[in-house]
Amino acid sequence: MDMEIVDLYYRYGSQEILKGINLKIGQGEIFALVGPTGAGKTTLLRLIDLLDKPTAGTIKFAGKDSLASPRFKLKVRRKMSMVFQKPLLFNTTVYENVAYPLRVRGYKERDIANKVIQVLHLVSMDSYVKSHSRKLSGGETQRVALARAIVSEPEMLLLDEPTANLDPLSVDLIESLILRLSREQKTTVVMATHNMLQGQHLADRIGVLMKGELVQAGKSTEVFRAPENEEVAKFVGVENILKGVVISNDAGMTCIDVQGHTIEGISNCRVGEKVHVCIRAENITLSTAKHASSARNFLSGQVKLVAFSGPLVRVELACPFPLIAVVTKKSAEDMQLGIGKKVYASFKATALHIIG
Amino acid sequence: MNELGRALLKAVELIATRDPEVVEITLRSLWIAGTSTTFASAICIPLSGLIQFHQFRGKRFLINLIQTFYSLPTVCVGLFVFVLISRAGPLGSLGLMFTPTAMIIGQTILITPILLGLTFAALTGIDVAIRESALSLGATRLQVIWTIIKEARFSVVAGVIMGFGRAVSEVGAAIMLGGNIKGFTRVLTTAISLETQKGELEFALALGIVLICVSLAVNMAMNLIQQRF
Repeated sequence: MDMEIVDLYYRYGSQEILKGINLKIGQGEIFALVGPTGAGKTTLLRLIDLLDKPTAGTIKFAGKDSLASPRFKLKVRRKMSMVFQKPLLFNTTVYENVAYPLRVRGYKERDIANKVIQVLHLVSMDSYVKSHSRKLSGGETQRVALARAIVSEPEMLLLDEPTANLDPLSVDLIESLILRLSREQKTTVVMATHNMLQGQHLADRIGVLMKGELVQAGKSTEVFRAPENEEVAKFVGVENILKGVVISNDAGMTCIDVQGHTIEGISNCRVGEKVHVCIRAENITLSTAKHASSARNFLSGQVKLVAFSGPLVRVELACPFPLIAVVTKKSAEDMQLGIGKKVYASFKATALHIIG
Repeated sequence: MNELGRALLKAVELIATRDPEVVEITLRSLWIAGTSTTFASAICIPLSGLIQFHQFRGKRFLINLIQTFYSLPTVCVGLFVFVLISRAGPLGSLGLMFTPTAMIIGQTILITPILLGLTFAALTGIDVAIRESALSLGATRLQVIWTIIKEARFSVVAGVIMGFGRAVSEVGAAIMLGGNIKGFTRVLTTAISLETQKGELEFALALGIVLICVSLAVNMAMNLIQQRF
């Protein structure tokens, strides 16, 4: 089922929670709504699920306004399922919980039994069929809630923070199930998450929601590489966001003054324009020798902090403006990186993303 | 042993030997109160579901009104139904006066506010998320209401038991509408009150003990339900 949101507004009291959302999501697509807490992700999901009424604007399913008639509303609702952030199971057995969507749709008891067992197997909860829902752990509850949501084979699945606060095993299981549903059953998935990495590796497209506005929507790689503005850049985790002024632009090759240092990148910004320069930490190469490099930008600096995390090392430099780089543990040891060590940081002009 | 002690002993004997009249009156009491409770439940449970589910003007007022009627005086209910079914009343032609049916009508009216109020409170206690989950999983409005009632089943049943307790132990409506006719409308409460006046203490005490046991059983059942869940 494809969906189109047109000029959607939602006001609660005097507060504008969603402002002019326009969005199209195609069948079988996985779309991640990312954004900080309070950005309106849950509200948007609830509006899509037809639980709340928008203040203005329309949500169309298969080209038809969802509020066209009560009958169409129920029809649409029965083609989608939502898993809430803190799902609440009915006060009965796991079996009855998962059977619920089939019961309300009038399925026969035998078909219900088969389907329930089948989906509980998908979420590795088969052995809990007879358990009482209130005796499950958080991860188990979430998995049963997911099973309950997919048992009716919805065409669209809405997930609100599906893996927040879960153990790694449950997270893996839920993530691979989402991918499988999307590939095998062409289920459209709209998920809200504040976990950028999850958005990046699960979603086909990402929409960044900030203060009720959809600031950017696009392929996940695109949003990560080229954030629309400083806020998005910060949110998607660009480690280095430098303020500068364009001093020259020669057919795209832009020179930017950052605190007295000239950095070269590619943009169509005009001379004199104030810009933000985004550099991903992993795109910065460190070396101890001033060897020749094909990189356009070359800065000398001093190590301020070295933080090990797994196989990677995060290095904070003063160049003299702060710069964060990520190197492998091996190369950090080879370079004997320590506080006060003098190093050279280099990065290509193409590694820069310049926000005008 | 004084007179009271002897009466008590005799009362126990009446119960132990399952005196036919004591048994008959007890069963009739349970039957009439049980039927009233069933009718009241059939009306109140779906109705409070509808009230709970829908937003309308005056909802708060309605609930307050219902709560006010919790302690509706039994004689007033008796009087009201009496006027309704007396020969000159609007339902006079049905000839209901001094029949078990009249008592059932009275008791049903009497416990309706309690059942409505308690069921409503039970349904209100259910998390909104349950209602939204049900909607989101494709339930129709009526299915959602039914789901909420099922979620609140233990509190709802507790309310029903409360209602039964009030019906079985009230005397005002039963005596005004039933008239304590032996073998027809005589129930525990009406018999106790009249036997005592007649000085038949043994019999009255026997019935009193039975009534207390019924009340105890009702309360125990309610505690059991509340502890288990």
